[in-house]
Amino acid sequence: MAHLAVNDVRAKYGALEVLKGISFSIEKGEIAALVGPSGSGKSTVLRALMGLTPVTGGHVALAGDQLDYSNAKSVRAARDRMAIVFQQYNLFQNMTVMQNLTLAPLKIKRWPRAEVESEARRLLGLVGLGDKADAYSDQLSGGQQQRVALARALALKPQILLLDEVTSALDPELVNEVLDAVGKLAAEGMTMIIVSHEMAFVREVADKVIFMDGGQIVESGEPAALFDSPRTDRARDFFSKILRH
Amino acid sequence: MNYRFQFGVVWDNLDELFAGALLTFQLGVFAFAGGALIGLVCASLKTYGPWPVRLLVNAYVVFITNTPALIQIYFLYFGLPEVGVRWSNEACLLIGLTLNAGAYLTLILRAGFLSVRVTEIEAGQTLGMSLVQQIRYIIVPHIAKSIYPALANFFIVVLVMGTSVGALIGVDELTGQAINLSSVNYRWLEYFTVVAGMYVVLTFIASIGLALLGRWAFRVKAKIF
Amino acid sequence: MERMIEQIPRFFSAQNLTLLLEAAGLTLAMTLVGCLIGFGLAFVLVFLRQTPGLWALPLRWICIAYVEVFRRIPFIVVIYLVLFFIQAVTPDASLFTIAVIAICLYAVAYTADIIRGGIESVPRTQVEAAEAMNLSRLQTQLKIVLPQAWPVIVPPAIAFAVSFIKDTALVSQVGVFELTFRGKELNNQGYSGILVFGTIALCYFLLSFPLSLLGQYLEKRLGTPRGQRRARKIWRT
Ligand SMILES: Nc1ncnc2c1ncn2[C@@H]1O[C@H](COP(=O)(O)OP(=O)(O)OP(=O)(O)O)[C@@H](O)[C@H]1O
Ligand SMILES: [Mg+2]
Repeated sequence: MAHLAVNDVRAKYGALEVLKGISFSIEKGEIAALVGPSGSGKSTVLRALMGLTPVTGGHVALAGDQLDYSNAKSVRAARDRMAIVFQQYNLFQNMTVMQNLTLAPLKIKRWPRAEVESEARRLLGLVGLGDKADAYSDQLSGGQQQRVALARALALKPQILLLDEVTSALDPELVNEVLDAVGKLAAEGMTMIIVSHEMAFVREVADKVIFMDGGQIVESGEPAALFDSPRTDRARDFFSKILRH
Repeated sequence: MNYRFQFGVVWDNLDELFAGALLTFQLGVFAFAGGALIGLVCASLKTYGPWPVRLLVNAYVVFITNTPALIQIYFLYFGLPEVGVRWSNEACLLIGLTLNAGAYLTLILRAGFLSVRVTEIEAGQTLGMSLVQQIRYIIVPHIAKSIYPALANFFIVVLVMGTSVGALIGVDELTGQAINLSSVNYRWLEYFTVVAGMYVVLTFIASIGLALLGRWAFRVKAKIF
Repeated sequence: MERMIEQIPRFFSAQNLTLLLEAAGLTLAMTLVGCLIGFGLAFVLVFLRQTPGLWALPLRWICIAYVEVFRRIPFIVVIYLVLFFIQAVTPDASLFTIAVIAICLYAVAYTADIIRGGIESVPRTQVEAAEAMNLSRLQTQLKIVLPQAWPVIVPPAIAFAVSFIKDTALVSQVGVFELTFRGKELNNQGYSGILVFGTIALCYFLLSFPLSLLGQYLEKRLGTPRGQRRARKIWRT
């Protein structure tokens, strides 16, 4: 049984249907990559899974449990087991890096403080920001903020980690640092859904690539197969443009 | 609470309340119009006048906006007869409110004057417009657009907060009527509830009218709510 | 005119000056207490107004209607309604209490919009990040939104309270011994109206003007994004 099974999920912004029936599934420990042109609905898939964009149809099952996004308790359960890193980081502006990392583990998960803080320091070390614990987000560069956001999500010990363009703001040499961290997480059995425009990154880490366009999944499969010999014209067109540079 | 509401007497005197509402509306319109005239002159002087005049205008604005309208009106009502100036209650109220509104409108209008950008005037000049045409087609529409919401809002303030002060010097506007009528038969709560409702309706009509006027005359989307 | 000049020494007696000083204190106290409580309640109102869900629709409407209605009723009418309503419920409530309640009801309506503006100035994404971590609505407001919103809220809220010092003059009508009431009293004792109300106006001016300058200063300091960032830093420490 799939760890996360998404079946015919639909979502709307007002009258505009942004997801027109999305279905895919991932196994425990798998990394799935969502790729596609800008505006195709990749971020919306992640937002819908977190209950941030209202789901108007379809089913989602997480580790065998049906999630009902119209039910507050069920949404809480989804957010308890999944964590998201946003495209624009969204660090809390009024808190230090440390406070950003420990807020939810302390207040929501109610884990013991000593444990939470030492874990937070370990994670900051992991993303290469061990010395920034007391900085505020406006004292950090975009890349640093993104890494803090990654650490903040990891601090929640999620079963599934959702990453929305995490590498887009990083310096080239730091991309590898984060990739290593992501690889380590994969080895530990972390299940992830990542959205990325960086095909080299996707090819390296993803077990499965899902190509989206216009709110629908056009094609999916193993990275090598999809990138090198796409079956649909739309995918061929997209990859030929994006892989050229 | 064992108070028993009896709205019957209020309905019997509704026409007097309507007369009060009409007076409230008239006072509001005249005070606002007079205030706008003062505001226009003072804002121009404050922006373009020589420094002694600017100082004088500033003193007027600062003093008026930092003291209660009620005290200003009391000053006219209780103070002026001592120097031989005797105005009726209504005149005291109207003159006091106009002077008061003038100070606030000076501030609003001046903000509008300052919002005109030089580039827009230059754009008009390059189109070969005369000064009058520049004022007519560029400056006035721009100012109107930028301050119309504030003006509409301030009209409601004059209509509500301003005119009701009259009740305290015996002017029979809406609140004054409520005081007069309810001190006859002590149905205070009933009268004031109905009068509160009438103010809400009156100002809603005014707001809708102003929003439509703004949309029609200046193409501004003034908000009603 | 001569009468007025002849009255001046008598008018500015120690006794009258103490009276006016106390009255000014009462005016200030009334405004401060009423606006502070009103400010607190306005937070509750804004919070209720943001309750999501269809079931809360009437609640949201009530909150919107409250703000809309109170801004359209003269303060003097509110004072009378509170006076007679409270007296019908508890006949021995003090006039000061009644005045404070009236000020408070009014301040809620005016500051609610100020608070809403401040809250809406915090990017929506901050709220989403908190929601995604399962923070409750209250936790999100208290820990994330309000600490970031206050620099936007405080200056106009102070400006409102300062301008409301003047509107409390109407409370004299129900017999609270504040500045305007004392003024009328002195006028009734035979003192010149010009003298009395000129002095009272000056008292209000002395209360209002410095505070409004403070408000303008804060507005300037905090009115820009940069000033707000700086203020947030002060808040953190
Ligand atoms: N808050 C919103 N309100 C209305 N429409 C929105 C909103 N957010 C996104 N959309 C629309 O939904 C569609 C999908 O957006 P989404 O952000 O999911 O795209 P994306 O695939 O993540 O694009 P990108 O690669 O640029 O991040 C777009 O057409 C966008 O215009
Ligand atoms: Mg996106």
